[in-house]
Amino acid sequence: MKSLGNTRRSFAPWTDPDATPFITFRNVTKTFGDFTAVDNLTLDIYHREFFALLGASGCGKSTLLRMLAGFEKPTSGEIILDGQNIAGIPPYRRPVNMMFQSYALFPHMTVESNIGFGLRQDGMPKSQIAERVAQMLKLVKLEQFAKRKPHQLSGGQRQRVALARSLAKRPKVLLLDEPLGALDKKLREETQFELMDLQQELGLTFVVVTHDQEEAMTMADRIAVMSHGEVIQVATPAEIYEAPNSRFVADFIGDVNILEGKVTASGNGRVELAGADGLTIRAASGEIPANGVSTGFAIRPEKLRVDRAAPADPGVNAVEGEVWDIGYLGDMTVFHIRLANGKVLKASMLNARREVEDPIVYDEKVWVSFDETAGVVLRD
Amino acid sequence: MNNTWSRFNIVSVVLGFAFLYLPILLLVIFSFNESKLVTVWAGFSTKWYVSLFHNQGLIDAAWVTIRVALLAASVATVLGTMAALALVRYTRFRGRLLFSGMVYAPLVMPEVITGLSLLLLFVAIGFDRGFWTVTLAHITFSMCFVTVVVQSRLLSFDRSIEEAAMDLGATPVRTFFQVTLPIIAPAVLSGWMLALTLSLDDLVIASFTSGPGATTLPMKIYSQVRLGVTPEINAACTILIGLVAIGVLVASILTKRRAVQQERDERAAFAAG
Repeated sequence: MKSLGNTRRSFAPWTDPDATPFITFRNVTKTFGDFTAVDNLTLDIYHREFFALLGASGCGKSTLLRMLAGFEKPTSGEIILDGQNIAGIPPYRRPVNMMFQSYALFPHMTVESNIGFGLRQDGMPKSQIAERVAQMLKLVKLEQFAKRKPHQLSGGQRQRVALARSLAKRPKVLLLDEPLGALDKKLREETQFELMDLQQELGLTFVVVTHDQEEAMTMADRIAVMSHGEVIQVATPAEIYEAPNSRFVADFIGDVNILEGKVTASGNGRVELAGADGLTIRAASGEIPANGVSTGFAIRPEKLRVDRAAPADPGVNAVEGEVWDIGYLGDMTVFHIRLANGKVLKASMLNARREVEDPIVYDEKVWVSFDETAGVVLRD
Repeated sequence: MNNTWSRFNIVSVVLGFAFLYLPILLLVIFSFNESKLVTVWAGFSTKWYVSLFHNQGLIDAAWVTIRVALLAASVATVLGTMAALALVRYTRFRGRLLFSGMVYAPLVMPEVITGLSLLLLFVAIGFDRGFWTVTLAHITFSMCFVTVVVQSRLLSFDRSIEEAAMDLGATPVRTFFQVTLPIIAPAVLSGWMLALTLSLDDLVIASFTSGPGATTLPMKIYSQVRLGVTPEINAACTILIGLVAIGVLVASILTKRRAVQQERDERAAFAAG
């Protein structure tokens, strides 16, 4: 079976119709006055899943997380966690813990007391608390900082304390609100992988809210792309990237070229579009729109080929243009190709070799082409 | 930055400080005067301090003042903090604007009016005037100052810290006592200090609401001055000034030291980063 992208591991309970979801949002709506933050949303999250809620600010992702933590009550609908409707349970009795965007460390307590705070609330014996705190400090590699106060720590260390504190009670679900937002780029990349390892090691369900698509793509088993209080698509990172279900998702995740066209023929898992940019598009597609329907065809820049020579069948999945801009990024080069009608296509090519004979330069006439399976016919 | 002192700067600083402190300086100097006449210098002496400690009336008044101030400041701090919490946290209850306006009214209300209205109230309900009426009156007018101080701290308070506490299993009450209160404690303390100071030096409201046996120090001093200023009063005032100065000095040294420590810690943390 062909698959989209590389699957990290064979963990896919969402494909199993018998699997019971661990967290279910059923027809959840949340309004603040006139503003609808979450709109009749239904979503399943499975046990041990690393689930990302991705969207621009104000799309309702944080509200969703806060409803799970208990800080907001849904206006209507129900939230089920491990078989229990948690709508009426206050935050301090929920088996979920949250790592806050601002870390929200208690400034008047040492690192140790911060981590042990939740355990003390549960009335755990002192010796056990000390043991668990030591274990947590080791987990986040902060053993030598136990006696420090939060203001005596760097940003990265604070982030680790916040993580240790939210994990100390061994919650059923860990909620992470923009967990890496305050870190610099290098630290963020390191921490992404650490979080993934940690989630694997502890076997917990993680729900992370982020506006950073790269972060979501790297870490999550599945991503829910949200906009205006609704989930637009829930799928694995590879599906989201390679098979976006809508113009919004295609545009939101990564770079994309969208070619407009009208369906002229279809059948046998293939669609033929009369493109608006002077080419015929033949594409393999799961989605078969009716003849005559206008639709978009999304194709990622790295899946376009740029060539001087005309392809065998010019006019089909190929179009001629002029090199408008060249951006050299080191690992790849991005070409902006201007078509006859003025539309600009982005194409990127991997710089697999150090030396290139006769490279493509500005203002050159080139052919842009792609394979039948390289792009996706959009639903709307 | 230009750190040189121009002549203009020096003159303004000298004038400003003279304006503020010359009267106080005179008072302090004349408290060590040998002569009984307040304005004629007749040599150094501490005899007025000695006689002050034999003036039972003044000592009683001082004791009443201290008790009133401690009690009133403490109660006002509790009530004022509660009002501040209500104002900051519940932004959309009915009549919030009216409530916040009413909390601040004593801030701008002439003291004479506050004093008079309290007097009328106590008379109307037949409350015998004395220690308790002064204390109640002081709670009433100093509460709003506490509210202002605590409210400004709460406005910059990161609420996610409280949410984190609740998320970790602390009930709202525990969250308040284990997390919120320790963090806003410095503001609550300065509110308490402010209320204490206001109560200590209040004359007008105390005059209206006090009764027999509950004469406060400012009242006592004022009534004695009307019979003529004695160096004894100067001595009493000098002691008060000394106490206030020490208090302010200690507070500012502590604040400064903490700021320096915090800065050093932060620098160390980022160096270790």
